Amino acid sequence: MPAEVPGTAAPAVREARESASSLMLSELRVLFGRRRTWALLLALAAIPVLIAIAVRVSSAVPPGRGPAFLDRISQNGLFVAFTAMLVSVPLFLPLTVGVVAGDTIAGEANLGTLRYLLVAPAGRVRLLLVKYAGALAFCIVAPLTVGLAGAAIGAALFPVGPVTLLSGDVIQPPEAAVRILLIAAYLAVSLAGLSAVGLFLSTLTVVPVGAMAATVVVSVVSQVLDQLPQLEWLHPWLFSHYWFGFGDMLRQPLLWDSFTSNALLQGGYIAVFGALAYGRFVTRDILS
Amino acid sequence: MIPQGGSGSGRYNLAIETRGLTKHFGRQVAVDGVDLAVPPGSVFGFLGPNGSGKTTTIRMLLGLAAASAGTVSLLGMEMPGRFRDVLPRVGALVEGPAFYPFLSGAANLSRLDAAGRSTVPATRKGRVDRALERVGLSHAAGKKVHAYSLGMKQRLGIANALLARRDLLVLDEPTNGLDPQGTREVRNLVRSLAHDGATVFVSSHLLAEVEQMCTHAAIMSAGRLVAQGPLAELRRAGSARIRLLTPDAGQARSVLAGLGLAAEAGGSQPDGEVLLASLSAAGDGRLPEDVVGQLVAGGVRVRGFAVERESLEDRFVALTGEGFDVAQ
Repeated sequence: MPAEVPGTAAPAVREARESASSLMLSELRVLFGRRRTWALLLALAAIPVLIAIAVRVSSAVPPGRGPAFLDRISQNGLFVAFTAMLVSVPLFLPLTVGVVAGDTIAGEANLGTLRYLLVAPAGRVRLLLVKYAGALAFCIVAPLTVGLAGAAIGAALFPVGPVTLLSGDVIQPPEAAVRILLIAAYLAVSLAGLSAVGLFLSTLTVVPVGAMAATVVVSVVSQVLDQLPQLEWLHPWLFSHYWFGFGDMLRQPLLWDSFTSNALLQGGYIAVFGALAYGRFVTRDILS
Repeated sequence: MIPQGGSGSGRYNLAIETRGLTKHFGRQVAVDGVDLAVPPGSVFGFLGPNGSGKTTTIRMLLGLAAASAGTVSLLGMEMPGRFRDVLPRVGALVEGPAFYPFLSGAANLSRLDAAGRSTVPATRKGRVDRALERVGLSHAAGKKVHAYSLGMKQRLGIANALLARRDLLVLDEPTNGLDPQGTREVRNLVRSLAHDGATVFVSSHLLAEVEQMCTHAAIMSAGRLVAQGPLAELRRAGSARIRLLTPDAGQARSVLAGLGLAAEAGGSQPDGEVLLASLSAAGDGRLPEDVVGQLVAGGVRVRGFAVERESLEDRFVALTGEGFDVAQ
């Protein structure tokens, strides 16, 4: 048997790696290239813009009224970002994530492209992983869009200055920008569990709208249950439990407790619903 | 000599082989104990009326649906267990084309090519361009698919099956939605693929299509495989019969009976009676000229004599039933 020629293995390995990443690249290109994703992100960007304009054209907001931070916007534009991120947590972010996560498998099945991806062959596990990674990418981009659009419109319409944190400390605008990114990261982690639920629901149907709606409903139900004191034992297990815990990112020094608890909880949801999605998808007959 | 497929690695005696392939949907049996044997290098027509289980069979061949019972082997390898090794060598069009309407034709092909595990990104663009050219879609490569006509989508679906060098092509109703010119192009394409050494498995409910381009065929009816083999053999299996016109009907009957042929009346005409008899019923391939010779020797005035061979269509209808009643 001829000895392995050195140098022939390297290109083969490189090719394999390139082809492994090319489905991921293609997924991101399709996700962020389509008009619907842009519409979702534009809608999210519109939230801080509306808030900023409303504050700009109205007279001073009385302190203590409206969402937290709202009264501070007229003194410091960076608070548009904080307010907008806070406002978008309960509904707008879960809504957009529900659309993207619910569409992952069901959308392909509905178009019929699922059968061609699998015959390519993409491999069911690989496709599921890539689809989930795509949904995660959206979870990262969505809160970032709200935060960056908020900072931009805030800086455009209001003065920008040092930010007083919840702990009373004052930080300079560059560090405040870092805090905006930290909150966006916190929210991205928060939405990871919901994405896993959406992915699973998406493997159950060939009607993407059904999976999308179901995902959004699940997020609302989780938040409602979190409000019922009778179900206190359940609260730490609800994926939305730490969604509003990002206030810790606005303290000095930074408190990582809620971030860690949140990440662990989301990791649990990813494991459970990822396993369910896997169990369903690898055995499913693709008849669409 | 049995042609063998595969060059170098992995030789196989059959490009597609199924044994007892069965699929239940609840109580309903969609595919029932199908034993397909598709020889390498053949253009194999997979015939059957709508709802006879063709597409379900194809889904099981490609690992899209799990078989309730039975085994599938493609290119000599077990499916779906070895899909990683098998499917890159198989091009498929399954139940019509399906694409992202918001992407261009070329972008769609790139996407599906990128989904493959072993495709080489460096050659992707070239392969996409060649595949588009092969189906005559180069001019529409940059157009969004939602602007494509049905026929263009069908061509794009075929282009997708041709993205890489394939040893086996599974084409489910490839001429659906195509105009006569497109149909002819697909026929030529299938022939040239077979000429290049690929095995082509074409499902169709159009007999004429299969008769024109296939070397082999199988016929499905109500989930069962009712016939398969080389096209010529399938035609031959359809019985040939003689049609005799004579005024001496009684005498002719006795001569035919002596030859082992049971004659039945086919009506009377001004210059005699028509008798029909199945030739193949005599078994050992009795030649028509012998029959005529015997009749004349027996003093029968033969005023008309013809051999009528069943067309594949007669055979198809005989096997699958007539009319619009979809077999249940």
